[in-house]
Amino acid sequence: MGEGQRRGGLDRRATFPFLYLPPLLWLGFFFIVPLILMLAFSFRADMKGDLFAAFMPTLKQYASLFATGSYWRLLGISASMAFGVACAAVVLSYPIAYFLAFRAGDRAGFYLVLLLVPFWTSYLLRVMAWKIMLGTEGVINSFLIYVGLIQEPLGALLYSRTAVIITLIYVWIPFATLPILAALQRITPDLFEAAADLGAPPLRQFTRIALPLSMPGILAAFFMVFIPTIGEYVTPLLVGGSRGSMYGNIIQDFFTKAANWPFGSAMSMVMLAATLILVAVATRLIKFRDLLQ
Amino acid sequence: MKSGRPSLLPAYFFALIGFLYLPIFVLFLFSINSNTSFSFPLQGFSLTWYQQLFDSAPVLRAARNSLFVAAGSSLAATALGTMVSILAIRFQFRFKGLLIALSVLPLIVPYIVLGVALLLLFSVFHIDRSLWTVGIAHTVVALPYVVLIVASRLAGFNENIEEAAMDLGADYPTTLRRIVLPTIFPAMVSAALTAFTVSFDEFALALFLAGTQPTFPVYLFSQLRFANRLPVMIALAVLLMIGTLTLVFAAERIRRK
Repeated sequence: MGEGQRRGGLDRRATFPFLYLPPLLWLGFFFIVPLILMLAFSFRADMKGDLFAAFMPTLKQYASLFATGSYWRLLGISASMAFGVACAAVVLSYPIAYFLAFRAGDRAGFYLVLLLVPFWTSYLLRVMAWKIMLGTEGVINSFLIYVGLIQEPLGALLYSRTAVIITLIYVWIPFATLPILAALQRITPDLFEAAADLGAPPLRQFTRIALPLSMPGILAAFFMVFIPTIGEYVTPLLVGGSRGSMYGNIIQDFFTKAANWPFGSAMSMVMLAATLILVAVATRLIKFRDLLQ
Repeated sequence: MKSGRPSLLPAYFFALIGFLYLPIFVLFLFSINSNTSFSFPLQGFSLTWYQQLFDSAPVLRAARNSLFVAAGSSLAATALGTMVSILAIRFQFRFKGLLIALSVLPLIVPYIVLGVALLLLFSVFHIDRSLWTVGIAHTVVALPYVVLIVASRLAGFNENIEEAAMDLGADYPTTLRRIVLPTIFPAMVSAALTAFTVSFDEFALALFLAGTQPTFPVYLFSQLRFANRLPVMIALAVLLMIGTLTLVFAAERIRRK
């Protein structure tokens, strides 16, 4: 086709940089450059001198990070906490997804909105609500005393790892439901009928059909909770106290209170590397593209 | 499909819904309770906190700051994300995979890492922390959402209409303006609203980058220590929650069209 097509091709090529450069420059300058700067900073010996000045690269920060057992332990604890939270969120949200997919009928859409409303409300606020509820003079304690079940407030509710874990599970449940629901909705109900006709009892139908076929959704939900939870620092800050700190809180401390940015950068690089490895594992195991449809 | 225990699943579902709404309900309850302490028994109904809210300049300023940041960053993220989406769906070029990966990656990098990395960037270039720096960070983290929403809409439309327009003599910028943008406009609005809510609620990045002008979550956090200030904050939070939900429902409505 002649003129139009050719001219169009030329125009397209002329338009290309206008579409290409703004997002590339933005992400380059505000996403890639900061991470590279952080990598560079992690090789600095100290904070002396101008931030922009040249320095002798050293592995000192990494050496002291590797030598300090408590940081590794905290990374391990954060990872185990995230693992526990992700498992609990998946187990607790699976029945919800199952209910929405197979039992809720016409009202499934409405029930789904009902489930997601808490997720769309302020994160900080929901965490704060837990703080109000778990505190020594908080809702749960004062309510229990009011109705006469206990005389003394339970002290261990707030400012502990348990409080962090409960709050995180609470926050993630609606989110974990979504990929599982997406996977369950792709199962044709005919399969269950066929299995029933062939004499499979309900439990066997579940273990042989629903569970294996929804496995991609289960894995997706697991990683979608696990990965962001390792880097969590806000929830421990609010309900964890000093006993409930996670790896992210130490990074925050090195950039604020301790003002040891090179060491904080090294810790952040370790966190980033751990996250990217997990993402690589997750994308090997799951085809996220299938779940998006 | 009939199991032996048909009533267990709905019971579980509604128990969990109750568990999810409990804290929100508690917040609402204490926003209309006349006492400042968060304990039972309740002291009686009162709208004082809502009233005080409108007399408290710092609270309103923080809410306004959040509004500015969310509006600015969602517009910027929508513009940039739409560019990426058009490139991803309609263009073939080298390093295309790299650009797409780059624009989705902020979803994966932990906020604490991105937060301190941006803090480093702004410190190195002696840029004072302000609402602008928060807005820049929010644009980066909102971009993946925009790309996911807009690109999937654009992928659902046939390219033929654009080719037809060009055959009829329209140049490419005109085709973009008259054909492509109107087609994906609902998705862009939905993406902008999503980006808005992401930014409005964001705390982990804002805490590092806000400087002396706090956004609402940062201000809320700074006030948590003062028990007598909390009811006012909760009253505002309840109002903001209603606002956010309205936006979310609007975004869903528009996206479904």
